[in-house]
Amino acid sequence: MTLSAPDISAITLTLQLAAVTTLLLMLIATPLAWWLTHTRTRWRAAVTALVALPLVLPPTVLGFYLLVLLGPKGAIGHWMQQLGLDTLPFTFGGLVVGSIVFSLPFAVQPITNAFAAIGVRPLEVAATLRASVWDRFWSVAVPLARPGFITAAVLAFAHTVGEFGVVLMLGGNIPGETRVLSVAIYDHVEALEYTQAHWLSAGLVVFSFVVLLMLGRHSGQWQRVPA
Amino acid sequence: MNPNTLSSFFRIALLACLLPATVHAGHAHIAVASNFATPMKKLAAQFEQATGHTLTLSTGATGKFYAQIKNGAPFDMLLAADEATPARLMREGDAIKVQTYAIGRLVLWSDRPGYITGNDAVLRQNRFKRLAIANPKLAPYGAAASEALTQLKLIDAVQNKFVIGENIAQTYQFVASGNAELGLVSLSQVMQDGKLTRGSAWVIPASLHAPIRQDAVLLKRGENNEAARALFDYLKTPGAALTLIRSFGYER
Repeated sequence: MTLSAPDISAITLTLQLAAVTTLLLMLIATPLAWWLTHTRTRWRAAVTALVALPLVLPPTVLGFYLLVLLGPKGAIGHWMQQLGLDTLPFTFGGLVVGSIVFSLPFAVQPITNAFAAIGVRPLEVAATLRASVWDRFWSVAVPLARPGFITAAVLAFAHTVGEFGVVLMLGGNIPGETRVLSVAIYDHVEALEYTQAHWLSAGLVVFSFVVLLMLGRHSGQWQRVPA
Repeated sequence: MNPNTLSSFFRIALLACLLPATVHAGHAHIAVASNFATPMKKLAAQFEQATGHTLTLSTGATGKFYAQIKNGAPFDMLLAADEATPARLMREGDAIKVQTYAIGRLVLWSDRPGYITGNDAVLRQNRFKRLAIANPKLAPYGAAASEALTQLKLIDAVQNKFVIGENIAQTYQFVASGNAELGLVSLSQVMQDGKLTRGSAWVIPASLHAPIRQDAVLLKRGENNEAARALFDYLKTPGAALTLIRSFGYER
């Protein structure tokens, strides 16, 4: 059986979404993880809990609140409209925002753990060698935390590929714009097209397994640093 | 009193204890299509009061219920959003009897008061950004919406503004949250006690699409369930049930 054009478009879109989300997440998660590792403020516990929230919340809750919050009646949507911008629900950009929120803990936690594992010692040593803060970060912390970055990126990517609840609530199932793989599978199941559903679902299972397998082999993360 | 009489006395006593629980007050698990969720809640309360039976309601998409029933879900009856799924369950031997319990009406609805002026003008002017419809492939209301727009010769003009809900409940949510200015939803979602609950609307003439027949099936599992059988008959008989169904904008 060959995949239909809409299914291929759903796969492409999903990969695009996962790639953009992962890239942006690394940019957001890295400073956040750095701050969480080194701050001494009492807000640390609250921020850590906030970052972990998407782990335990049902994705439909996230999707529903994002739909309301980003919609024209919501605070963010209202503000965007005042700036003359289009609201985010039913757009690719909206899915990116949703995916970032949804996958945030998967990116932040491994990086935070990796930074914490380095400890302050190597950074202090670098400081005595007159390395600037910036230099210490790039030349010491980042290379030492490399496994954490790999884990974060792979998990964020895989988690976004598998995302469903948020996308369903926020997406509006528009072909080529918001109709991602998980929604396409859902549609096939609902339409009793079990053959197509099996093909896509089995593909996703194999993909996820291979990703986790490669992650385990490559970095040996699972044993050394609890992700 | 010989031991035999004594034992039958106990048997009768035991039966008497069990009777109210098993025969007079039965219990049934009913799967209900999302568009009929609100009316069904009221209907169930009415039915429970009239008969003493109790019902557990699960709401969701008809296609999902089909998959669950095929895989042994504990439902005694299905109130579907279409007629195709019940027909299929009958054909495949998973259901015993079938009947139409409601005929749905489609409505063009906006959350904004005065936005729709009781006709298709707002669609023809085409100044809105998004029109929510249910997935025509999955939801009968979506199929009816697509058919009506085709009949109105508007489908080509508005197609690129579609946002598609997985079912009619999600379609309603897109409009109710203001994310889509307009949507083609079920009249039952925006009507209560014969009145529009909020926003503005145009009830799509029934002549523009095939009737949205919603069928109920008594499932194999509920074959000997007295509560389920009673509910099946309760839906059929004219009276309180029918009045209630109509007050939500369904026909029959």
